Amino acid sequence: MKKYVIIGNGTAAVGCIEGIRSVDQTGEITVISSEDHHVYSRPLISYYLEGKTDLQKMKYRGDGFYADNGCKVLYGKTAKSINAKSKTVVLDGGEKIKYDELCVAAGSRPFVPPFEGLDTVTQKFSFMTLDDAMSLEKALDKDSRVLIVGAGLIGLKCAEGIAGRVKDITVCDLAGRVLSSILDDDCAATVQKHLEDNGLKFLLADSVTKFDKNTAYMKSGKTVEFDILVLAVGVRANSEIVKDAGGNVNRGIIINTKAETSLPHIYAAGDCAEGYDASIGSNRVLAILPNAYMQGHTAGVNMAGGDSEFGCAIPMNSIGFFGLHIMSAGSYDGQMTEEKADGALKRFFIRDGVLKGFMLIGETERAGIYTSLIREKTPLCSINFELAEKIISNLIFSQNVRRKRFGGVV
Amino acid sequence: MKRVYVNEEWCLGCHLCEYNCAFANSGMKDMAAALKDKKIFPRIHVEGDDKITFAVSCRHCEDPICVKSCIAGAISKQDGVVKIDRSKCVGCLTCILVCPYGALALGENGTMQKCELCLQNSCGEPACVKGCPNKAIVYEERGEAE
Repeated sequence: MKKYVIIGNGTAAVGCIEGIRSVDQTGEITVISSEDHHVYSRPLISYYLEGKTDLQKMKYRGDGFYADNGCKVLYGKTAKSINAKSKTVVLDGGEKIKYDELCVAAGSRPFVPPFEGLDTVTQKFSFMTLDDAMSLEKALDKDSRVLIVGAGLIGLKCAEGIAGRVKDITVCDLAGRVLSSILDDDCAATVQKHLEDNGLKFLLADSVTKFDKNTAYMKSGKTVEFDILVLAVGVRANSEIVKDAGGNVNRGIIINTKAETSLPHIYAAGDCAEGYDASIGSNRVLAILPNAYMQGHTAGVNMAGGDSEFGCAIPMNSIGFFGLHIMSAGSYDGQMTEEKADGALKRFFIRDGVLKGFMLIGETERAGIYTSLIREKTPLCSINFELAEKIISNLIFSQNVRRKRFGGVV
Repeated sequence: MKRVYVNEEWCLGCHLCEYNCAFANSGMKDMAAALKDKKIFPRIHVEGDDKITFAVSCRHCEDPICVKSCIAGAISKQDGVVKIDRSKCVGCLTCILVCPYGALALGENGTMQKCELCLQNSCGEPACVKGCPNKAIVYEERGEAE
């Protein structure tokens, strides 16, 4: 009977467990979980603060998940090292666990730049884990002035989550626009206006030079008085454990499309891994939840002796703020076309006759059809793309394609 | 397993499937009370133009990408049917972003809803198919894609 060990207890770990069990129903699975929680949906921590979910509903899988899948979970334990030769994981308490197949699904951690005076700030938080969200919740009240450093997905979701519970929120970012990793200037400006209409204040293209207790001194010369500081600058992959074991690591643990690392019997998945990104044709850390699940699942199937490949990963995000939905996918390297209507903005990026990427703001119905055009590299000459840009529907395909899509098993 | 299949040549574009769907999932006994003068949120949608029309609902894919992509773990596949636990859904729309068929849409309360083949509601079989006047949608077993 095979012994499987998974370092981490997030989405990639669940994918891995379900992947293993799709092939091997009897092997022993041990999950090493630093966090003392049943697996929960990380991206839901902002919705938790907003009151749109609760601790029970935000469990990513039901209460019986581990028992049903025959998993032993070591809560509150952290893997410290891997010995790839003896196939052993060493835990923080010195305990050793043998494995036949190992999956590193250790996620990422917040990156905190070395700000001067940060140690003088008493109420400071990251916004990655459920414990972060619960500590933040304890600290805030209706009179809190909040400064969020980082106008990316994490910082802005945090802002939305607490907006109704605090006095005011200022968000600053070194970048000159919000959501700089997924939006261009014009799309970002549209979103920023919506966020400002909902009470958020921004200091963009600006950064903190010094903290002194409850004051942030900005590079622009401005100062921000705050009661609570949230640091959402960025994240770093937890890849050291594989590097120290002799594995190849770049910005994340390097994996192939089978989720194998450079070390035998060691796989990696999720935010700690750097896998193939089909939108750019090379490896990249794609720290998004669907990717974590699919890499984890691929790893699990292969660990159990099956044959699975995940070669069509692309960056994609669907995110909403105060009722405005934003979607993006693929790469923005191509000729841009644009559609504007009724407050909606859609931008498409086309190269070599295929759709490479898009940004959609305010009009997101059936957007998965666009995403599938990117993934499947559908030649745009084979569909009615002129129509697709205006209104996306299955009408853009030929009748023959539609017959396959809606007349057969898919 | 039995799924809903489309014969677009037969579709009249009458939208009856949408009304029957909304009624079957309303939990109400009287169709007029359930739908009259209300904005309906069906789980099947007629697409098309003035020449071609066809009804789109969940394909219950063999390997559903929505299940793998749902950030809340709200979508699952049970006995071949792709289902959503709406109490877990936070309305992030990631499933809309990934469904290649454009088959999912928001419900009336800001959470997602999708076709679950009417197996759990009072109809017991797809109401859209039952009420289709021209057999433009059928509920049957089919093998590989034609």
